[in-house]
Amino acid sequence: MSADIVFAGVVNGLMAGGVYVLVAVGLTLIYGVLHIINFAHGSLLMLAMYAVYFLFRKPLGLDPYAALPLVTAGAFAFAYLLYRGVIGRFAHGKDENILLITLGLSIVADNAALFFFTGDTQTIDVSYAGRFLQLGPALIPLPKLVSFLASLLICALLGLWMAFTDTGKAIRAVAKERQGARLVGIDVENIFAIAYGIGIACLGAAACLLMPFFYVSPSSGHAFVLIAFTTVVLGGMGSFAGALIGGLLIGIVESLGGLRFGEQLGQIAIPLVFILVLLLRPTGLFGGR
Amino acid sequence: MLEISGLRAGYGAVEILRGVDLRVDAGEIVALLGSNGVGKSTLNNNVSGLYVPFAGRIVFQGRDISGATPRSIVESGLIQVPEGRRVFPNLSVRENLELGSYRRGRARRAANLARVTDIFPRLKERFTQKAGTLSGGEQQMLAIGRAMMAEPTLLILDEPSLGLSPLLVETMFALIQKLNVDGLAILLVEQNVVQSLAIAHRAYVLENGVVAMSGPAQDLAADPGLRRSYLGL
Ligand SMILES: Nc1ncnc2c1ncn2[C@@H]1O[C@H](COP(=O)(O)OP(=O)(O)OP(=O)(O)O)[C@@H](O)[C@H]1O
Ligand SMILES: [Mg+2]
Repeated sequence: MSADIVFAGVVNGLMAGGVYVLVAVGLTLIYGVLHIINFAHGSLLMLAMYAVYFLFRKPLGLDPYAALPLVTAGAFAFAYLLYRGVIGRFAHGKDENILLITLGLSIVADNAALFFFTGDTQTIDVSYAGRFLQLGPALIPLPKLVSFLASLLICALLGLWMAFTDTGKAIRAVAKERQGARLVGIDVENIFAIAYGIGIACLGAAACLLMPFFYVSPSSGHAFVLIAFTTVVLGGMGSFAGALIGGLLIGIVESLGGLRFGEQLGQIAIPLVFILVLLLRPTGLFGGR
Repeated sequence: MLEISGLRAGYGAVEILRGVDLRVDAGEIVALLGSNGVGKSTLNNNVSGLYVPFAGRIVFQGRDISGATPRSIVESGLIQVPEGRRVFPNLSVRENLELGSYRRGRARRAANLARVTDIFPRLKERFTQKAGTLSGGEQQMLAIGRAMMAEPTLLILDEPSLGLSPLLVETMFALIQKLNVDGLAILLVEQNVVQSLAIAHRAYVLENGVVAMSGPAQDLAADPGLRRSYLGL
């Protein structure tokens, strides 16, 4: 491979990695606070992508970028209520129950999507889909550049919010010391629901950023979930910085793997990273404990 | 101020407290004594709303708070410094203190922050350090400071001197007395029986799930039975 091709591969990988960061940040936030893997992550991303798709279609014709605030807020509200009404209620305070409930939700969501939306893949046609930006030897599709920049911006804003607001501090407090949190008057169940809501709101934003260059089908969440799991394991479970670095690294690995071994075979790079991390550094790059 | 009557509480099917009556009046330090595992922390945690009592009444400033949420109990000014501190290890000292006023006293956060760091200059020096990296004594100061941030009207202290050096224990008891002189009512759970009785106005002794003895602190300090069972005299 020439240096130019590698450079272009790295740049394109970075661009793809932006959305991975966003999806992984949602997963890692939920893990950090609730101490569970959200098995519904991929399915909820898929539902959010369908929401973007239907908002774009005929009667409404809403551009995915214009829909971002709406879909993000909608995803938050949906997930908050889902936690309060279903997950929290049936968990009976046991983390392992939450695991099973999110797994069940994912099965229900996938099959409901198959039933209502059929198994066909759907895409949306935006006018800017074919635009490119030249960066040295790399040609960057405009929607990918937007998704990269917007993802990082959203993560930065979320990071600031977590650092400086009382609710952000309460979320971090609940992550490590629930009883202490109750004793300062934090409503822990409410914080759980808010954390779950924010984790899924990240998926809402990711769906808006993805749809201009990606398709949706009832199974399209799965690809991202494997990537997000790998990212979170690579970066360190529950680590924000880990999700950031991990997501970008995975993007690059995927892109270079594709260049070296071809689109299809290159996909093997991601599970390979997953296994290597588990073997060599199970706590991930930024994982403590 | 706090009036507990007929409190029955425990875990699952196990009853630990079998009808406890206890009172704390405004301006008092009340010591709660008893051997390990008798249910002192269980009482505190039922009062704070972490557990729902099996039966009985807990009345705080005229309101029945038995079974109320910790949130509403904190809101009303009853604050507990729990056994084992339970500070937020992943948050800085400053953030821990700020969260002390999450539910109550938020409007005067800056003033209270200054007051608490006046009482504990050590915390000011460690302001940006993660609470999990503090020494045990510093964490205890932080736990008390965090509680002070909520402007308590009644403070429950569960073994505040646990794990402190003898010198720091002295300082801790002096501080508790000072907070009380400044007008704060305190329910004090302690292993240091002599020192607690020296600063308390009244005391209760728990045994087998009920109050076995209660009265003015000096009287209990002089009681031969108590001296035998807790001081080995
Ligand atoms: N979460 C819990 N679940 C079940 N049993 C518990 C729980 N917490 C405490 N216990 C039991 O309740 C009893 C009373 O415990 P508690 O912590 O109230 O004692 P204590 O008087 O505070 O003791 P110490 O002086 O050692 O702190 C003990 O036998 C303990 O094992
Ligand atoms: Mg105890």
